[in-house]
Amino acid sequence: MNHIKKECVAMLLAGGQGSRLYALTQDMAKPAVPYGGKYRIIDFPLSNCVNSGIDTVGVLTQYQPMVLNEYIGNGQPWGLDRAHGGVHVLPPYETASGKSWYSGTANAIYQNIGFIDRYNPEYVVILSGDHIYKMNYAKMVDFHKKNNADATIAVLEVPWEEAPRFGIMSANENGEIYEFAEKPKEPKSNLASMGIYVFTWSKLRKYLIDNENDEAATKDFGKNIIPAMLDDKQKMMAYHFDGYWKDVGTIDSLWEANMDVLDPNVPLDLLDDSWKIYSRNPVMPPHYAGPNSQIENSMVAEGCDINGMIDFSVLFAGVTVEEGAIVRDSIIMPNTVIKKGAVIEYAIVGEDCVIGEGAHIGERPELVEDKSSWGVAVIGHHVNVSDKAVAPPKAMISKDI
Amino acid sequence: MASMANVLGLIFANMHEQNLPELTKARAMASVPFGSKYRMVDFPLSSMVNSGITQVGIITRQNYYSLMNHLGMGSEWDLARKTGGLHILTPYGREGTGMYRGRLEALSGAADFIRESNAEYVIMSDSNFVANMDLRPIIDFHADNGADITCVYGKVVYTSERASHQTVLCVDGDNVVYDVLSHPDMSGEMNVALNIYVMRRRFLEDIIRESECRAQYSFETDILQHKLHEYKIMGYKYDGYFEIIDSLRTYYKATMDMMKRDIRREVFALDTPIYTKVRDVAPAKYGIDCDVKGSLIADGCIIEGTVENCVLFRGVKVGKGAVVKNSILLQNTVIEEKASFIDAITDKDVTVTKNRTITGSSDYPIFVNKGATV
Repeated sequence: MNHIKKECVAMLLAGGQGSRLYALTQDMAKPAVPYGGKYRIIDFPLSNCVNSGIDTVGVLTQYQPMVLNEYIGNGQPWGLDRAHGGVHVLPPYETASGKSWYSGTANAIYQNIGFIDRYNPEYVVILSGDHIYKMNYAKMVDFHKKNNADATIAVLEVPWEEAPRFGIMSANENGEIYEFAEKPKEPKSNLASMGIYVFTWSKLRKYLIDNENDEAATKDFGKNIIPAMLDDKQKMMAYHFDGYWKDVGTIDSLWEANMDVLDPNVPLDLLDDSWKIYSRNPVMPPHYAGPNSQIENSMVAEGCDINGMIDFSVLFAGVTVEEGAIVRDSIIMPNTVIKKGAVIEYAIVGEDCVIGEGAHIGERPELVEDKSSWGVAVIGHHVNVSDKAVAPPKAMISKDI
Repeated sequence: MASMANVLGLIFANMHEQNLPELTKARAMASVPFGSKYRMVDFPLSSMVNSGITQVGIITRQNYYSLMNHLGMGSEWDLARKTGGLHILTPYGREGTGMYRGRLEALSGAADFIRESNAEYVIMSDSNFVANMDLRPIIDFHADNGADITCVYGKVVYTSERASHQTVLCVDGDNVVYDVLSHPDMSGEMNVALNIYVMRRRFLEDIIRESECRAQYSFETDILQHKLHEYKIMGYKYDGYFEIIDSLRTYYKATMDMMKRDIRREVFALDTPIYTKVRDVAPAKYGIDCDVKGSLIADGCIIEGTVENCVLFRGVKVGKGAVVKNSILLQNTVIEEKASFIDAITDKDVTVTKNRTITGSSDYPIFVNKGATV
């Protein structure tokens, strides 16, 4: 079959477990985790692709792919149900020479060289499903072209004290990268890699094959491909990004990133018509704020039925909050029911949970004496919490209590 | 039981617009916004889809741009299909037809589509009522009774003013329709026609052909009334919730009905949802010191003031210190700081500026035209 040539193909690494989200990623991959009242994390890179004019996207799945597969479907919600290109879910597969899981980020792309080659692209954009941000990848590809680069890496200036958590780039005044250090103890720069790469496909293709043939390699972009290209003096550019970008890989950062949508001072405008974030919309009626509801400083999605008190919280579609229940500083994922008199504070509650009458989840930090024992409480997906049950701060509940 | 795959759905998009001039000036009846995020066509169309009908034609007459924009390819109703699916039928679609005067002429314009559907039954509906209906028992009723025409009606208590906009059926104990009253001057309990009719496709094609020869155009007069004794015309009583929108007051009443939990759960049932166009807007945001009670709110709203007993469509903004009560605010209405808006309805894109006060009455809500700045 002949494929129409695409200048640019995006490959989205969505196979990671996201183990630091514990109960929230037990039955779904991290990119499928709900975020911001109606989205899943993967909506951000997918919408960025579409808004950047990239209409061919491979989504590499491995860990718990069912929710993600069903969610992406034929790509229609993002306008990626295309006759040429569109979104393709790419799981690991068996070949004549054997079966092989994706053993690293580079290996995952290596195993899909055939997919990319069919579109004969000039450039490949490598993305991950771990971050909340809006970015025009087309501008980054233009930058890559203008500089005649072999690889371009999006970087963000981070506070120096946080630099040891990131992959750190050192670049000269022209933006050319001359050094890369993965999570350095003593960083020489504060330019952090955002895990967004543009490669000239012919170059990347060669390095993927070389890396695969190197038995000692861990088959990873950060650990192998980037250092190997630097060693070979390939032209690698740092592309500066200064918008909102948030990693949502931990419970605390996921909680904070959700709270950010409530903060008018955070530069993440989800209502901006010029850069919409698309998602698979649930078929639900508008939400109903009942006669006894008291809602402030919150985001409430469609299908919710609120009769309790909501403050500084994000409620996803189809959440029911019964009379006398209180939800403060918390994130409630789709279709969860919070029964009468239950109190939820500083917590993340997963999808399809039932929180029984008078139950108490989480606690406000000011009421905890030993500050080190305080943290966001998490109830995983599909968990029933019985009446009057208590889940203390930092609780990680994945079975009924 | 009849197979619903053999049923063709037809929806008339432009009927009864004269009853609701405020909202149908620039749009078809079928695309009148309702209930925070829906359009009137969503009710018959979703009812058809939830009943298993997979091919639907929407018969338009004028002002159909917003309707086409709303329906798109029909994918939100799962009607973007290789076979069957959703078809919008515009006037002048068939040689010798044009702007229709009545239902029969409209059907004549759609005759090729009806024939090619190859369906066994046709169910046709207007788009001027709010209801979530299971149509399967109606088709079964029609087939079991061997009727020529089945008319769906509901028992209501209407004033003579409301009755004067309707078709009223007299039905005997065997469900046979023995009289059809068009725009009657009567009040009290009556059987009001929902203008949902079931026929065999072949039968419908016969009456279309015959009416073409005789230049007849009114289904109510030329068929239901004049052929009452020739055809077997049956009445099917619908017992669920419905409200016919025949004036701005009934539009307001039907909207306020959605605040009642039982009605809301019936009309927007989770297992037979009402589908509508997806707009991809973020969830509603509540600000500091807002006070919202007893209201239906769509995605994309930003609320910083007081909202009581209201229906807010997508993208409505209520500013700090503003008070909105007993009102319906259509898409992208802005109520600026400290304005007050009570017992009133806005069309799309209305702005009520700072400190302004607008007060209607619940009997006669004030209506603010599309795009107006007050």
